[in-house]
Amino acid sequence: MTNTVLEIKNLKAEVEGKEILKGINLTVNSGEIHALMGPNGAGKSTLGEVLIGHPNYKVTDGKILINGKDITYAAPEERARAGLFLAFQNPITVSGVKISTFLRMAYNNLYPDQKIPLKEFFNMVKTVMNDVDMDVSFISRAINDGFSGGERKRFEVLQMVILKPKIVILDEIDSGLDVDALKLVSAEIKKMYNENVGFLIITHYQRILKDIAPEFVHVLKDGKIVMNGDKTVSDRIEDEGYDWIKE
Amino acid sequence: MVEDYNKDEEIEKLTESLKHNKKSDFEFHDTINPVYSTGAGLTRKTVEEISDIKHEPDWMRRSRLKALEIFLSKPMPTWGPDLSGIDFDSLTYYSKPGETKAKNWDDVPDKIKETFDKLGIPQMEQKYLAGSVAQYDSEGVYGSLRKEWEDKGVIFTDLDTAIQEHPDLVKDYYCRAIPPSDNKFAALNGAVWSGGSFLYVPKNVQIDMPLQTYFRMNGEQSGQFEHTIVVADEGAKVHYIEGCTAPKYNTSSLHTAIVEIYARKNSDVKYTSVQNWSDSVYNLPVKRAWVDENAHMDWVTGELGSKVTMIYPSSYLRGRKASTSNLQITLATKDTFKDAGGKALHLAPDTTSRIVSKSISLDNGVTAYRGLVRMNEGALRAKSHVQCDALLINSDSKNYTYPYDEIYEPTAEFSHEATVGKIGTDELTYLRSRGLSEDEASSMIVLGFMDDIMKEIPMEFAVEMNRLVKLEMSKMGAVG
Repeated sequence: MTNTVLEIKNLKAEVEGKEILKGINLTVNSGEIHALMGPNGAGKSTLGEVLIGHPNYKVTDGKILINGKDITYAAPEERARAGLFLAFQNPITVSGVKISTFLRMAYNNLYPDQKIPLKEFFNMVKTVMNDVDMDVSFISRAINDGFSGGERKRFEVLQMVILKPKIVILDEIDSGLDVDALKLVSAEIKKMYNENVGFLIITHYQRILKDIAPEFVHVLKDGKIVMNGDKTVSDRIEDEGYDWIKE
Repeated sequence: MVEDYNKDEEIEKLTESLKHNKKSDFEFHDTINPVYSTGAGLTRKTVEEISDIKHEPDWMRRSRLKALEIFLSKPMPTWGPDLSGIDFDSLTYYSKPGETKAKNWDDVPDKIKETFDKLGIPQMEQKYLAGSVAQYDSEGVYGSLRKEWEDKGVIFTDLDTAIQEHPDLVKDYYCRAIPPSDNKFAALNGAVWSGGSFLYVPKNVQIDMPLQTYFRMNGEQSGQFEHTIVVADEGAKVHYIEGCTAPKYNTSSLHTAIVEIYARKNSDVKYTSVQNWSDSVYNLPVKRAWVDENAHMDWVTGELGSKVTMIYPSSYLRGRKASTSNLQITLATKDTFKDAGGKALHLAPDTTSRIVSKSISLDNGVTAYRGLVRMNEGALRAKSHVQCDALLINSDSKNYTYPYDEIYEPTAEFSHEATVGKIGTDELTYLRSRGLSEDEASSMIVLGFMDDIMKEIPMEFAVEMNRLVKLEMSKMGAVG
């Protein structure tokens, strides 16, 4: 087994001068499933975007490490190559850029030593498309162009499966999915989950956590993790909301 | 669909194999002494000399001299890019590279053949083309047409040869769509034209593979003034392609071509041209098609190179149900100005047109869209859609849009969409978060922006565009 560890140490970040993350501490090891919960506006999505290095956010203090390597200020592609992956909450459209071209280039960048023949690669993609119930014709479409909310989410999961990251951050992966689609997505996550991969599931609701039981549950409020616990925390949040948790 | 990504992959692979090429790879210049040159400058004597050496019929000689008068009498256009860098007195207007016009590459003089080899022309011909003409400076040096098409009466040769061999046919079409009185540069071409292709496709002959002419300008401070005529007779179908490159010099060169296309009743013509002139070239061609009843004219043009380009391919929709589509990509790199656009003139009922322009400005490059849609009274139910999208890569990149809409027919439908955008941080970050470098991500976004048109262009040009965009994006460094 190859262990991968993501360490977030006292991370502070701001956007347009406004501090959103106010000192986050969190460690995700491969083989673990973490849930990050919290009310709207707590900074959950910001954490995801800061972790993958979105240039709109400025880290003002703290560190992000993967296997001890400091990636706090690394380019997004370096983080991806280190094994980090974010399934975006609202995946953006990239006009005219075909999924086939994009996936192949991404894969070749992440695995430069593997020379998978074209046909084999696309057979692999098609298999995963079947698994997540995406029509294979999507392979020739532009990234998220004209996709419904659910299709966008399925495409994020498809990329996760194809690109085989070590640390997966799923930002509200369950929003916009109907019950059947959610089952498929959960099944893919479970299939992928093993001792070599760590998950950080960002979610406002409990929905996805019914299918995938997290070992660790963290609650984020106003830019800080205010509670660390286990499944009992998310269960109580489902019944009572967030008010019982003090900042 | 499978073919689709196979094609993408092939483009990608070819692009990769050319990755280390630079634009300068096309910008090499040959040390070839022309066998004949008029020397620098343009006078009545220059024009007579050109006509003499070509042993032209008298009507052509008179036509040239008349065009010269018009050229000298018309002022320089001042409504577009700055043209003051053109020094008409120091240009060489005619330069003949050799004595022979070969039908076989082996008969082309070694040095010239070497150049076309480097540009990949003979290989391309074998793979993709029904016929091929190669022009070097002022004259065609090579021409071939597959026998099956020759047997069906297709004519494909350089215009000079066509005048000798088919004088009456040429006379029927020469300068009818674009007379020298049209504008100063049409007049200049009328006076000093040399080379260019003549393509005639007889009635109901439909050619399934494209025919191509490749123009190479080698001489310094020279001008290339080819005149091309494409005639698709009734019910004919043809795809004609042009490519062009030139060495880079510190002094300016001038390319002023004329392309006249005659799409007769029920015919279908596609014209594709991708120019990658070096940035010492002023590129000022005039391209126009007459489109008759129920005929279709497709323009696909890529304006990648040159210092200044002014080009507005036009379709005159003269017959009922005539239609045209006009797709254009313009790329303005550092210190260059590309003024381009499509024109559609609806002169008959039920005519339709679609103009799509995609322009990309890098560094301080300037692109301008200047297009015209004219719908005459009586062009009942005519329809037109214009879409122009501009992408600005850097903060000092510029784009201007000058649409001219002249709609005189109340039953006509016309719509115009325009967008100006930048490469978005979110899109870049999305691609980079999957492992693509910043260069790769921005190239991919730029290529995606041009995708509508990339689909329409032949593979070898798609490869060239791919390569060029990647090269330019990697030169840029950070976008913003």
